[in-house]
Amino acid sequence: MKYLDEFRDGAMAQSLAREIRESATRKWAIMEVCGGQTHSIVRNGLDQLLDGAVEMIHGPGCPVCVTPLELIDKALAIASQPGVIFCSFGDMLRVPGSHHDLFCVKAEGGDVRVVYSPLDALQIARENPDREVVFFGIGFETTAPANAMAVHQGKLQDIANFSMLVSHVLVPPAIEAIMSSPRCRVQAFLAAGHVCSVMGYWQYYPLVERYKVPIVITGFEPLDLLEGIRRTVHLLEAGTPQVENAYERAVTFEGNQTAQKLLSEVFEVTDRSWRGIGEIPRSGWRLSDAYHDFDAEYRFSVSTIRAEESPICRSGEVLQGNLKPNECPGFGKECTPRHPLGATMVSTEGACAAYYNYGRFVSVDSIR
Amino acid sequence: MSTSNTMSKPDFSQWSCPLPLRDYPSIVLGHGGGGQLSNELIQHIFVPAFRNTALEVMADSSVLPAPPGRLAFSTDSYVVQPLFFPGGSIGDLAVHGTVNDLSMSGATPLYLSAGFILEEGFPLSHLAAIVDRMASAARAAGVEIVTGDTKVVEKGHGDGCYINTAGIGVIADGINIDPTRARPDDVVILSGTIGDHGMAIMSVREGLEFETIIESDTAALNGMVASLLQYAPHVHVLRDPTRGGLASSLNEIAVQSNVGILIEERDLPVLPDVQSACDLLGMDPVYVPNEGKMVAIVDPSVADSVLARMREHEHGRNAAIIGRVTSTHPGMLAARTAIGGTRIIPLQIGEQIPRIC
Repeated sequence: MKYLDEFRDGAMAQSLAREIRESATRKWAIMEVCGGQTHSIVRNGLDQLLDGAVEMIHGPGCPVCVTPLELIDKALAIASQPGVIFCSFGDMLRVPGSHHDLFCVKAEGGDVRVVYSPLDALQIARENPDREVVFFGIGFETTAPANAMAVHQGKLQDIANFSMLVSHVLVPPAIEAIMSSPRCRVQAFLAAGHVCSVMGYWQYYPLVERYKVPIVITGFEPLDLLEGIRRTVHLLEAGTPQVENAYERAVTFEGNQTAQKLLSEVFEVTDRSWRGIGEIPRSGWRLSDAYHDFDAEYRFSVSTIRAEESPICRSGEVLQGNLKPNECPGFGKECTPRHPLGATMVSTEGACAAYYNYGRFVSVDSIR
Repeated sequence: MSTSNTMSKPDFSQWSCPLPLRDYPSIVLGHGGGGQLSNELIQHIFVPAFRNTALEVMADSSVLPAPPGRLAFSTDSYVVQPLFFPGGSIGDLAVHGTVNDLSMSGATPLYLSAGFILEEGFPLSHLAAIVDRMASAARAAGVEIVTGDTKVVEKGHGDGCYINTAGIGVIADGINIDPTRARPDDVVILSGTIGDHGMAIMSVREGLEFETIIESDTAALNGMVASLLQYAPHVHVLRDPTRGGLASSLNEIAVQSNVGILIEERDLPVLPDVQSACDLLGMDPVYVPNEGKMVAIVDPSVADSVLARMREHEHGRNAAIIGRVTSTHPGMLAARTAIGGTRIIPLQIGEQIPRIC
């Protein structure tokens, strides 16, 4: 398949991996920020190809994992209300709140629907004028334009029964939070290609300036990732921290201006809690005042719901590469993939879930 | 075939029984009441379609000759939505699914039962179409539907039509196929492309519709199994990777046989459209359901000939050797990835759902 097979070529992957192994004089700690990249690394076995030449630290870039408990509880409260059709991306359904998840709400009679696009939720609202249709708008800068467009269209077309529960999070403040932690071990970042295709990469220059870490904009196919890692190692070895774009076919310096204009109209920056990490200032988006009427938190009066994160869970330290999953006191006991306490156990690609699923039985190395 | 929900009168012109059917265009509670309406449903829809001696006696149970050999007995319920989808219908699944479950023990499927749970208001024309598909599927697979039952539930208490089928088959002497018999060095053979059925259903589900021409692979596999067993009666394991896909079937075999299984991702047959749809939705074809595929685990000495046999069959044209059984990592399924890495493929907790990231 054009534009896909070229980036999944086995021989080329082997040769890139060899180059990385040969050029790394020490085991650099590189964080891939995005959950999609973590998925691709695990899915394709890239970590094994690199044979320990670099340490890949899986960052907090899975929007499902980092959505705070409190917001999940709000979603559950809204979805349980009679007359509501609650629409969500599929993988949010099994993310546990304080007591249960959206699958349970559905089982108890709630109308919970999986959609692939927020515009589908808007269509459901048009077709069901007597029902309240709520979309769970989560994600990084990547999913934000489509969510913004749904709210924007909803207002233009005066679809009064549509609203959105917004929990958008932003990449640059997360990188800043990780770098400013005194125990930070991360020496370089792979920035998420799709985030940058929307936002450009101009935002990363101040971070490189302040923390002296290379940031390389990287795609998602195996060869994209290996090329991103190759360039990162090159910058680390040369001691030249700078921003590089290794995903030129999708990302420009300025990003998608049309999308950014819409985003700045529909959303405004706000402080946001990250599951497992805590509150990061100015790290998220909420609906701007002009779109206040479409904010499900206000429409359903759930803004007072509060939730306590588990006191046992130490996923924040795992996310920053400071703690191995099995060193956490809750690992495999109170906390398992079926009853996750924190972000990193929620998603199958989360570091804790990966340790539980694979490392519990056998060392991954022994199957090579 | 019409799949619209309009309550039009059914077209009876093709039906063989000349008796008049009451003028109900759709199922009413009385159709499950055991009275005249029930009888009319049986006489006008089920008997003409399934026609066979055992059924036509109309006794409380069907009396069947006992064949020599051991019996295989299996049951499955079908609740798929939508009822009609690209490449098939709930009727095809209800026959193929149970026929395939019997075949995976090496049995020759002989008889099926069919239980219908219908929702009040379900269009009779849809029921007729489903029954018609069941009848052709059974004829093609060489099995008879010899007994059945219909119940009607109130509007809102069902999803149009649910079907349960149970089946009986006979296993010839010398055939011993079960999921505990995979041995290290055995070869894993897959009969064709994976993920077709699941993505065909996904492509027409409400909220997820996307433009595609992916068709379900629903098919009866007993013909292919029979021809394999004629040639290689000592096949160790057969499995049809339905719910949970190839990954679940191989994980189960790995656990039950206490062996490891290592598959080669580059050798997995996947249609380009299915792969694209999976990439788009963030799904992995190894977890996507199939309804007309099977995995055979065989001794390496017969692997090439079993593969050749499979490929001769219409449902096995894309068959491929996809991996090996190993004594390392017992109980686990691993894959060598297309770019030469390895990964473990665990059992999923629930159904695979589209991912955001």
